[in-house]
Amino acid sequence: MGNLNDYKNIWVFIETECGKAKNVGYELLHVARPLADQKGCPLVAVVIGKDIEGVAKDAVCYGADSAIIVDGPEYEYYTTDAFTKAMVTLVEKYKPETLMIGATNNGRDMGPRVSCRLKTGLTADCTGIDIDEETGNIAWTRPTFGGNLMATIMCPEHRPQMGTVRPGVFKKGAYDEGRSGEIVKEEIHVAPEEIRTNLVERVNEVAEAVNLEEAEIIVSGGRGVGSAENFKLLEELAAELGATVGCSRAVVDAGWMPHAHQVGQSGKTVAPKLYFAIGISGAIQHLAGISGSDRVIAVNKDEDAPIFDVADYGIVGNLNEVVPALTAAFKARKA
Amino acid sequence: MDFKRDELHQDILDMVHDFAVNEVKPLAAEIDKTEEFPMENVKKMAEMGLMGIPFPEEYGGAGMDTLAYIQTVEELSKYCGTTGVIVSAHTSLCCTPIYQFGTEEQKQKYLPKLCSGEWIGAFALTEANAGTDASGQKTVAVDKGDHWVLNGSKIFITNAGVADVFFVLAMTDKSLGTKGISAFIVEKGFPGFSIGKLEDKMGIRASSTCELVFEDCIVPKENLVGELGKGFKYAMMTLDGGRVGIAAQALGIAEGAIEETVKYVQERTQFGRRISQFQNTQFELAQMQANTEAAKLLVYQAACAKDDHEPFSHKAAMAKLVASRNASDVTRRCLQLYGGYGYTKDYPIERMMRDAKITEIYEGTSEVQMMVIAGWMGVK
Amino acid sequence: MNICVCMKQVPDTNEIKVDPETHTLIRKGVPSIVNPFDTYAQEVGVRLKEQLGGKLIVISMGPEQAKEAIKSCLAVGADNGYLISSRSFGGSDTLATSYILSEAIKAVEEKEGLKFDLILCGKQATDGDTAQVGPEIAEHLDLPQITYALDIVEKDGEIQVKREHDAGYDMISTKLPAVVTVVKLPYEPRYPTIKSKMAAKKKEIPVLTEEDIPSIQLELCGLNGSPTRVKKTYTPVREKSGVKLAGMEPKDAANEVVKLLEEAKLL
Repeated sequence: MGNLNDYKNIWVFIETECGKAKNVGYELLHVARPLADQKGCPLVAVVIGKDIEGVAKDAVCYGADSAIIVDGPEYEYYTTDAFTKAMVTLVEKYKPETLMIGATNNGRDMGPRVSCRLKTGLTADCTGIDIDEETGNIAWTRPTFGGNLMATIMCPEHRPQMGTVRPGVFKKGAYDEGRSGEIVKEEIHVAPEEIRTNLVERVNEVAEAVNLEEAEIIVSGGRGVGSAENFKLLEELAAELGATVGCSRAVVDAGWMPHAHQVGQSGKTVAPKLYFAIGISGAIQHLAGISGSDRVIAVNKDEDAPIFDVADYGIVGNLNEVVPALTAAFKARKA
Repeated sequence: MDFKRDELHQDILDMVHDFAVNEVKPLAAEIDKTEEFPMENVKKMAEMGLMGIPFPEEYGGAGMDTLAYIQTVEELSKYCGTTGVIVSAHTSLCCTPIYQFGTEEQKQKYLPKLCSGEWIGAFALTEANAGTDASGQKTVAVDKGDHWVLNGSKIFITNAGVADVFFVLAMTDKSLGTKGISAFIVEKGFPGFSIGKLEDKMGIRASSTCELVFEDCIVPKENLVGELGKGFKYAMMTLDGGRVGIAAQALGIAEGAIEETVKYVQERTQFGRRISQFQNTQFELAQMQANTEAAKLLVYQAACAKDDHEPFSHKAAMAKLVASRNASDVTRRCLQLYGGYGYTKDYPIERMMRDAKITEIYEGTSEVQMMVIAGWMGVK
Repeated sequence: MNICVCMKQVPDTNEIKVDPETHTLIRKGVPSIVNPFDTYAQEVGVRLKEQLGGKLIVISMGPEQAKEAIKSCLAVGADNGYLISSRSFGGSDTLATSYILSEAIKAVEEKEGLKFDLILCGKQATDGDTAQVGPEIAEHLDLPQITYALDIVEKDGEIQVKREHDAGYDMISTKLPAVVTVVKLPYEPRYPTIKSKMAAKKKEIPVLTEEDIPSIQLELCGLNGSPTRVKKTYTPVREKSGVKLAGMEPKDAANEVVKLLEEAKLL
């Protein structure tokens, strides 16, 4: 490792697929912006993909000072080999002090590959990012032991300091069309034979992609809902509210809902304005995924259920009666 | 007392525990409701070698001892009394008498398939008018030269609806009383043999307890077990072993109820305190735990006595008497600690209470156990 | 197909409780288990082995007691197991751990006289939840990787992996050797049998230290080889006092909540 002081700037990787950015990149720009200001260093968006100039511009509008783009047909779909090579090449050339990556499946595929090739430290799946006052290092905070323990981790003597950050934990900033910044295009190309994996086909199983991370209202059900059929009640409430349906792990385990709907430590982290927890007891693993919600409304027959400790509004009662009553009440309000 | 709980016993127990928690527990409430025999889980247990634990490997068994088998029934019963009795009836009441009293040909023919779980076994002694007084057998078997013909019916037969092999008692010579009773191996497909109605029971609801009907049922000559006229003796000896299995089932139900209740009382609050903080709760659970441990010693003692080929009828009777009464007592008291929720089917405790009751009745009522014990004591 | 499964023994995180007074983890009495994702890796490995022949070797880095976890893998189809254990390996972060494991994999290939076609890991260990060791092993060994696998099938000497994505899955193929990390499978891991359990019990588990891994550079192991440092740990505290409506008619309770949400300008 060269001189640590050679490493400057905060980088945020903006993940794209087929030219479209995933939200988490923009969320990271928002959380990194004050850190860059505090350090007095530029905040750089790094976009790798195909036809992504627009994404780079958007990244600037979401708070980046500038952007570096690597554009090419080999980046249309994510591959470990191509993306790792592009990212490592960029890091070696520009020497960023910090590199943040969204903790999506692809981000967590590429992150360790890059950090390992660079022989630096990577902190996985962070939910908090700060600057350590004493050392100026990034202090990455992440849940561990199934959400039972939080750990703050630093990478004091290696650069860049890398972290993958969980989607949905931070909110996107405002889109400021007035912002402008330099967009640098780097020509990095990867020969087909260097890419050792091959995408044979993409299968979309869910009729429409479940987008819990970006939902404003979520109606989520737990074991207490009782059966797959009974989720109908939740779907009716969700339809009334224009909400997305989520569920707890127990529900996925029971086969009532597909994994794409799961909220919590081993599912999605969500940050809606309203989160309805129906028949969800509130295991710590579930609570880990909903702490970003503005308001939690809980319905549970057990008045001692831990969900009531975090709920802003709680109804103790039989969900088979309460949920239809809620649907009716919201309907009446509209009328 | 050395209960031979070596590391291997512990390993098997761990393995059964994982299976019970992951596969048996999630199904317990459902099969209680639907009465559907948990065939898929039985097949999985068969693959694991749990359907022939105490039999030698040459007959397809796991080559383990009674204690390992008993602990398996106990562990399964913690989460589902039905699953516990399915294994117990199959092992103790069908495999064991064939292994103990059968000819070499019978053992070779039936045990490997029973131990591998390909076939499920059942035991048929009880009749409508021959319950505790099992000597009053009305099912008759007539010698027709090259085969037997059975007529009559049996009731309350565990596993009946799904079993492939039945150990059946029938009267071969009424004039000789109990010495006129003989034992037969009857296969599911024998002509004239059919399964009657499924009982709608209070507990252990998915154990496929049915009536058996024999209408000129033809049983091959070679399916007589052991000697003619020894059937009643074989049945009584078989039930001695069976009682240890039922005692283990009762023990497991009690342990399962305590486990659930300990969890519940720490979650539930009343008057601003966890109900585990009330001394009544602590004393109740402490007493139940102590009683259950005492029952466990009796159950393991009986199992070890059987393994050591010591006389164990009285030990089995004491184990079953104490463990089954304890199971009923513990589940009732646990339900009381739950309060109203315990009375609903949202919690497993009411099912455990219903499952517990049968252990005081089948394979000899508590009263029969006391007769055995008093007889052994010489109190006549 | 020769397969190496990298397994970790972890505390059962479902059993971990937080002391309500001290806000620290209660680790006492928490059972150790095979990392659940690794049980899937092991199962799909055993199925591939049963189908194609070859050997399946389990390796695990950890203390002596991790031998128990290795034995439970032997009871469900692994042929041999190695424990990677040394004082010098303690305190390793994912970079150092993956380095040690990648060197150990080479040493095991040497000892077993074979080359691994496939290295399988669970997606992540449920204690650390990093999901980094698998990809880092692939990097150290310069192998292709496929993460988040839902199923693996062999086809004409290659593998096809169903890889999880948000709305379904990608079918991705790669030549061997390769590293795959497994999330879940369409089937559950098998249970051991009494016989396999007894056989596993009797089996010796060799322990590999740095002396058995000649190529290993100790400065890349343990704390020395770990760029990251844990600054502090704490248990999350959640406090919130909300409105709780109990003992009301469902209709009244529902109307009340809607009213409160309206008043708070949340609708």
